[in-house]
Amino acid sequence: MSSILDWTALELSKAVRAGDVTAADATEAYLARIEAVEPKINAYLRVAAKTARAAAESVDKKRQAGKPLGPLAGVPLALKDIFVTEGIETTCGSKILDGWTPPYDGTHARRLREADSVMLGKVSMDEFAMGSSNENSPHPPVRNPWDTDFVPGGSSGGSVAAVAARTALCTLGTDTGGSIRQPASLCNVVGLKPTYGRVSRHGMIAFASSLDQAGPVTRTVRDAALVLGAIAGRDEMDATTLDAPVDDYLSACDQGVAGLRIGVHRKAMELEGLDEDVRVAFTRSLEAFKELGATLVDVELPHFDHAVATYYILCTAEASSNLARYDGVRYGARVEAPSLLKMYNATREAGFGAEVKRRIMLGTFVLRASSYEEYYGRAMKVRTLIKRDYQAAFGQCDLIASPTSPVPGFRIGERIADPLSMYLSDVFTIGANLAGLPGISIPGGFSSAAKPLPIGLQLVGPTLGESLLFSAAAAYEANTGWHTKVAEL
Amino acid sequence: MPVEDWKPVIGLEIHCQLKTKTKMFTSCGYRAGEDPNTQTDAYTLGLPGTLPRPNKTAVEYGLRLGLALECELHKESRFARKHYFYPDLPKGYQITQSDHPYATGGTVRFPDPTDHGKALTVRLVRIHFEEDAGKNLHLVGDDVSLVDYNRAGAPLLEIVSEPDLRSAAEASAYMRELRTVIRYLDISDANMEEGTMRCDANVSIRRGDDAPYGTRCEIKNLNSFKFLEQAINAEIRRQVDLLEGGGTVIQSTMSYDPGRDQTKVMRTKEEAADYRYFPEPDMPPLEISQEWIDSVRTTLPELPHARRERYGALGLSIYDAGVLTAEGALADFFDAVLAAKAPAKKACNWVTVELLGRLNGDQRSIEESPVGPEHVAELIGLIDGGTISGRSAKEVFDKVYAESTSPRAIVERDGYAQVSDAGALDAAIDEVLAAHPKQLEQYTGGKVALKGFFVGQVMKKTRGQANPQMVQELLAAKLPPVDDT
Repeated sequence: MSSILDWTALELSKAVRAGDVTAADATEAYLARIEAVEPKINAYLRVAAKTARAAAESVDKKRQAGKPLGPLAGVPLALKDIFVTEGIETTCGSKILDGWTPPYDGTHARRLREADSVMLGKVSMDEFAMGSSNENSPHPPVRNPWDTDFVPGGSSGGSVAAVAARTALCTLGTDTGGSIRQPASLCNVVGLKPTYGRVSRHGMIAFASSLDQAGPVTRTVRDAALVLGAIAGRDEMDATTLDAPVDDYLSACDQGVAGLRIGVHRKAMELEGLDEDVRVAFTRSLEAFKELGATLVDVELPHFDHAVATYYILCTAEASSNLARYDGVRYGARVEAPSLLKMYNATREAGFGAEVKRRIMLGTFVLRASSYEEYYGRAMKVRTLIKRDYQAAFGQCDLIASPTSPVPGFRIGERIADPLSMYLSDVFTIGANLAGLPGISIPGGFSSAAKPLPIGLQLVGPTLGESLLFSAAAAYEANTGWHTKVAEL
Repeated sequence: MPVEDWKPVIGLEIHCQLKTKTKMFTSCGYRAGEDPNTQTDAYTLGLPGTLPRPNKTAVEYGLRLGLALECELHKESRFARKHYFYPDLPKGYQITQSDHPYATGGTVRFPDPTDHGKALTVRLVRIHFEEDAGKNLHLVGDDVSLVDYNRAGAPLLEIVSEPDLRSAAEASAYMRELRTVIRYLDISDANMEEGTMRCDANVSIRRGDDAPYGTRCEIKNLNSFKFLEQAINAEIRRQVDLLEGGGTVIQSTMSYDPGRDQTKVMRTKEEAADYRYFPEPDMPPLEISQEWIDSVRTTLPELPHARRERYGALGLSIYDAGVLTAEGALADFFDAVLAAKAPAKKACNWVTVELLGRLNGDQRSIEESPVGPEHVAELIGLIDGGTISGRSAKEVFDKVYAESTSPRAIVERDGYAQVSDAGALDAAIDEVLAAHPKQLEQYTGGKVALKGFFVGQVMKKTRGQANPQMVQELLAAKLPPVDDT
């Protein structure tokens, strides 16, 4: 028997608009599901049941009044706690923002509400989006619904775990170096990082401003297209948003992949530490594309090996700056101390976790006048070279395919003491952030373990190539059906 | 080596707060003098998730100044972050422009304060945009500090000069000229006492005018013209004493204590903060099109130095031209007097001496003048046309100033018209000569200076209303020839 929980956002919103089901019914179904499985997953930091019910009621009343409903009518969704929500505590997964209740809604919360969705609550994340396992958090670790001993990935671990555990129909995550795509890969869901500037950053707490992008986490490619359509577009509140028109992403999902040239960066397949199951799954994915009528072409990304180092210089530099405002003076946590300097130190010592402190220190170091040219200046130059690599590659192909994560997953606690191995989780995803390109991770197979773990497939497109990504991803999804497998809880 | 042989070299960094309705990077309104923390928004307070957006009017004001000072305006400039921790700085960094300012080069031309016939030129390094910080308030007798974020994010221009100034007086004159230009452009109140114009001075000394520059020290936060001059002179004295005593100047940031008239070291270069500048990732480069620059250019008023040149061509001294152009409103007033067909020199005299003297005495601005430019022109016309004498003109002007009525009306009402009727004057002269036979005898005896005495008597008899020119002529005809044997 089909449960309301089985419906995609596209199906549910159609049913709500048609009056076949109410937003209230959908909301209650998800709130009940949260109550049932959330203790096993820890995806939520805050369930906003009261405001969710009020939102559902207002959507239903709007329909009863004969007013047209938005594209996400009655869709119960959750936001990564990095998104600013008026009247609902927003902490970015950090103790330093404990108790901060924003006086304003960010563009994401506002546009999703205007699309008539229902916000269920705020989901967990690595503190300030720094991490690949969701373990950098003062809260209990989020667990992978496919095997609760495993991490869900990060930093948008709560966003993907909630979708995989069906405690939210869709969520928003953020992706600075792979923080949507890598966890989506680990939890068998769809995760999209749009082109830099496609989605506003207003009301998204900054980690690394030149790399951060918000994007949807969903069960299907079409749902990702639906959600992106609701949040994308120029925003006067963010000077870096692009003025380009927003495509009809749902139509793009029907275009198919036949005739598209899929680029493969063969050298990346020689990466040390690339899991054999991931390699096998990826090879099968390429075969699937061929069956669907796409052609495969080899591409070169000559500066691929420098991407991780470049990324960690730029993102730590920007983070050290963006996190300077958490000083205990105006909002969030403050540790009282006898002098201003001592108050700053005590507040930041107690408020930030170890990984955040590590990145602030690295970033502060690279921005010193005496090391700026050697680190930040050079990293900016390499970033330009990486952008050019992609431009050149897209002269030969339409999309570039790769695994999303080099491994299917790892156990909670396994890598927390080894930041460098953790940083390598992002090796396939970072390039898109450095070059500002759109990338999507879609379910692409399972590992050979006794308890199989999901393996994601990543597609990266040219600037504003989201429609191309949706065309190829939707065709692949329909052909392989990996997304139909659901974690049993 | 004599102390006088040490030559100072000075450059100024001037901050000017733009009078836009909203702040530099947010639509939050800003007006000085409001209750603390009433002029804030999410961005101003540095709340998480907020982003900066350039204020187009502030950029336009910046373009006005850049064009007026003949800077090179860059089609693409960049914002940067300057980091330091302080409670009045909400984000932990200030958005400014570092490697890529919107304007570079340019000049400020101003009258030499010690030689009014000479004009000086100071070259500019750059002008850039930045946002202001809030204010910390330390309450006396209380162990807490409070922060007022109203000013945080207010738009500023920073104007950096080359080290082209050679005395405290020159520095002050340069700054006054810059203030005048900024006020002409109507982009800022540029008021030092109110903090809408602030100054840091870089000072070094060297042996002679061609020696290499010495090590400079920067005096921070000079908030009046008086303190600017005093602080520079104090710093020059400190450096001379140091070097004369065999010491060396260490590059430092200084503060000025007006009570002791001394500068003192706040921190040396070694202790200076590393601001960790880097390009602001939250905003794309600031793009300024040629069309925008051209359209702003058409809105520029005539600038002070151009006005001074125009007045000079009318025969005014550089000093008078400087007085007239110091305030745009005064020069506008003067231009209106000229437009009413008054001759320049006389108009200048009436405006700068008679009118300004009275306004200054009453602490009124030219905008508050009860005397209109048409009144001044009319008064000059009455004098030149012989209707009133120069002496009664001042009395008439007093009444115009007091009553704000036209000079002609006062002349008619109060009978200031001078007697130019030859018959009446003849009679008066006859009476005077008849009444002073002794003086007349001395006159004919050779004491010709007594002619002035007779003129004075005639003026007295006519209560000052006789046309002095005519009295002179008629008297000359009536006086007997001088016996010069």
